[in-house]
Amino acid sequence: MTPKPHVPFPIEPERYELTAPVSYVFQSDRREFFKFMGAGLFVACSFSKAEAFQGSGAARRNPEDSLPQEISAWLHIGEDGTVTVFTGKVEVGQNIRTSLTQAVAEELKTPVESIRLVMGDTQLVPFDMGTFGSRTTPIMNLRLRRVSSAARNVLLAMAAKQWNVDPARLHAEDGKIADPQTKRSLTYAQLVKGQQLTQVVRVEDPLIPPREWTIAGQPLPKVDGRDFVTGKHRYPSDQKLPEMFYGKVVRPRAFNATLVSADTTEAENLPGVIVVRDGNFLGVAAPSSATAQKAASLVRAEWKAEPQPSNKELFEYLKQHQLPRSEQNGNFRFESGNVDAALASAMRQLQQTYKVNYIAHAPLEPRAALAQWSEDHLTVWTGTQRPFGVRSELATAFHLPEEKVHVMMPDTGSGYGGKHSGECAVEAARLARAAKRPVKLVWTREEEFTWAYFRPAGVIEVRSAVGDDGKITAWEFHNYNSGAAAISTYYDVPNQRIEFHPVNSPLRQGSYRALAATANHFAREVHMDEIAHSLKMDPLEFRLNNLKEERLRAVFAEGAKKFGWAGTKPANHGFGLGGGYEKLGYVATFAEVSLDRNSGDIKILRIFATFDCGAIVNPDGLRNQVIGANIMGIGGALFEAVEFENGRVLNNLFSKYRVPRFSDIPPLETFLIDRKDQQPAGAGEAPIMGVAPAISNAIFDATGIRLRSLPLAPLLVPHGLRLS
Amino acid sequence: MDETTLQINGRPYQFAADKETPLLTVLRELLDLTGSKYGCGEGQCGSCTVLIDGKARRSCVVPVWAAAGKQITTIEGLAKGEQLHPVQQAFLEEGAMQCAFCTSGMIMSAVSLLNAQRNPSEAEILTAMQGNICRCGTYPRILAAIRKASTLLQGARP
Repeated sequence: MTPKPHVPFPIEPERYELTAPVSYVFQSDRREFFKFMGAGLFVACSFSKAEAFQGSGAARRNPEDSLPQEISAWLHIGEDGTVTVFTGKVEVGQNIRTSLTQAVAEELKTPVESIRLVMGDTQLVPFDMGTFGSRTTPIMNLRLRRVSSAARNVLLAMAAKQWNVDPARLHAEDGKIADPQTKRSLTYAQLVKGQQLTQVVRVEDPLIPPREWTIAGQPLPKVDGRDFVTGKHRYPSDQKLPEMFYGKVVRPRAFNATLVSADTTEAENLPGVIVVRDGNFLGVAAPSSATAQKAASLVRAEWKAEPQPSNKELFEYLKQHQLPRSEQNGNFRFESGNVDAALASAMRQLQQTYKVNYIAHAPLEPRAALAQWSEDHLTVWTGTQRPFGVRSELATAFHLPEEKVHVMMPDTGSGYGGKHSGECAVEAARLARAAKRPVKLVWTREEEFTWAYFRPAGVIEVRSAVGDDGKITAWEFHNYNSGAAAISTYYDVPNQRIEFHPVNSPLRQGSYRALAATANHFAREVHMDEIAHSLKMDPLEFRLNNLKEERLRAVFAEGAKKFGWAGTKPANHGFGLGGGYEKLGYVATFAEVSLDRNSGDIKILRIFATFDCGAIVNPDGLRNQVIGANIMGIGGALFEAVEFENGRVLNNLFSKYRVPRFSDIPPLETFLIDRKDQQPAGAGEAPIMGVAPAISNAIFDATGIRLRSLPLAPLLVPHGLRLS
Repeated sequence: MDETTLQINGRPYQFAADKETPLLTVLRELLDLTGSKYGCGEGQCGSCTVLIDGKARRSCVVPVWAAAGKQITTIEGLAKGEQLHPVQQAFLEEGAMQCAFCTSGMIMSAVSLLNAQRNPSEAEILTAMQGNICRCGTYPRILAAIRKASTLLQGARP
């Protein structure tokens, strides 16, 4: 095996959505599928090619099967009325198992309790590129509503045929088809009894509009909440198989190291221990985790690594190590009007640089995988946001066709964009192959902080010009390394130059909740605040003066009203705001801070987020996601930063890397705008973007000190200030 | 390897393990009590919290020998049959979880607090819970759940 620990991971999901191969193979033919599901009604939906390709992927035609090319949603109604829904999306805490269940219940008109979701099992679900980019709600929710609506129509037709009546006079309700004229009704279970029906439906059904929803649009507790409060749910790290061994990888002391030599004699002398050395991979498997740990510690390995940069020189490094311009590197450039001329002729100009450090996802459940070989078939249970992506990684690593690899994803202890890759699965599988038995590998916290990937650091240079009327005339924006997500400005500027410059990153980097949108919004919204102050204009008024986008204006204006932006502000208090648009979500975040001029203590008094993500599917789950994004945003805004030196992460424990805890949370309020006239959109990401600029701008308002780097807290120290 | 017996959730468990093995490893690996989670291994995140003689302890840093002879309660032993503990009930009702990987540790820390003080102040709650991390940021709801459980417990009996 050739391990690939340092494959540069694409920064933007947008980018790998373009390049990821669409390679679904419908593995279980229908007979096999029915054996698995039992008798009943199986409904699959086909979509237009363009739509199927969007986000979730299309299916390749299998010659053995009559399913058309664009199948990407299916469900089964069993003889007991149980509805089993199959989706490649996965649950990592965003609560989609519940919100997708609601969507199905709404369209299929069947109780929530009768629905079971099979998620992220590559053998059973339609191909899906992954759970990222806030796409589950706008795409999968819609798709499952459609397949459910199609299934409802099939059931209506079945009942109509049985009663020999016009289906138009029947209606579906509570898992039954009823005929109001004869008062007859048949349950879904009765209708499908003894059937072996497959229906492939081309979907053009009108959906139930959000205004008429009765199940969706309502708060619904987590469908399997009881399993979590009783400890019953089995996460990937809780999986077990008989005769299973425990794995441990022997890691080099630095990134990009090459294994020179390894003395494994002592380790191999321990009872039951298997040692694997394959290229740069060095690992052990043993009957217990304690033995595996001991064996790993007894391996004497010599590694060779080149000197590597440290976070102290990070921002200079990023500017000096740009990658050559190419589409593959992800360069992005947008130009409109004549920015140079507009800057040259402007009365007022502002030029500033903003910086963002690397941060870690630190999902509470570290990477974990259980791998089992059966001849040349590989089965892996692992926590990943891309089960099909991990299947490809495994197939490549072991030179297997994809249909010989089966990846299953038990609901996992969070991801935040940090679990797109399958390195732990590959490692567990490599050890299992050598041990000739199942092997479980759970990364330690130190490993997760070191060998996972990070949210990209970045340098952002902004240059702007503004007229005396408070209209921005020129906007030049260069992002080095952190990414192109939300790099475009939503403010109306006639002359723009916006560019993303990819960099040969010193650390392995990848996706993260909202990606570069957080860095780009931080730079843009702080810069907007700086211009407003230079004009002595109210920062909200200045934004609205340059903004036409109706939904964004609405969240700014509504938020300001609810927050009390125009109200009285006590002495030594500061107000700040930041907001924007990304992934179909509109957010405006307001913060209030206070300064104690004697002690230098700065206190965040409250954060208020206004959010619009279209029609709301589950207000309760949505509120959890929005508040959660705000709290995660507080960590990145105030104190999170990966410290590294010569290929090592220095703060690789929770005792060294500070994440938000109970006492760090100011009063948080959210105001959700329910746009029933809009299709629902995702919510996990966009609300994080406004937090850092709102806090930075509020600190400026209270102290007159402008903070242009994330995290903010360390920047206060030279001014004799600190966060309390 | 030593034969050890631990009293967990009201019943004895016998197993062979080195005396220095962390209690968490024994629970998860030898006894298949996987409700207690590994999150850091240094007692910093609270995911592994169990009760030892009624008090919250980080089982990842408690060696087996230190737990011997004591009453250990894990998340699996909190409900009485189908009847959830008031703290579990309150977490469910408040929707105080997202990925829920921290939930068992959160619940055990809260039970420990409410065992000692049925009506804790806001400051007492924050102090008791400060060692538990929720990366999904469900903190405000967890606080609401603890307040609700406190009310439930006070209503239950003195």
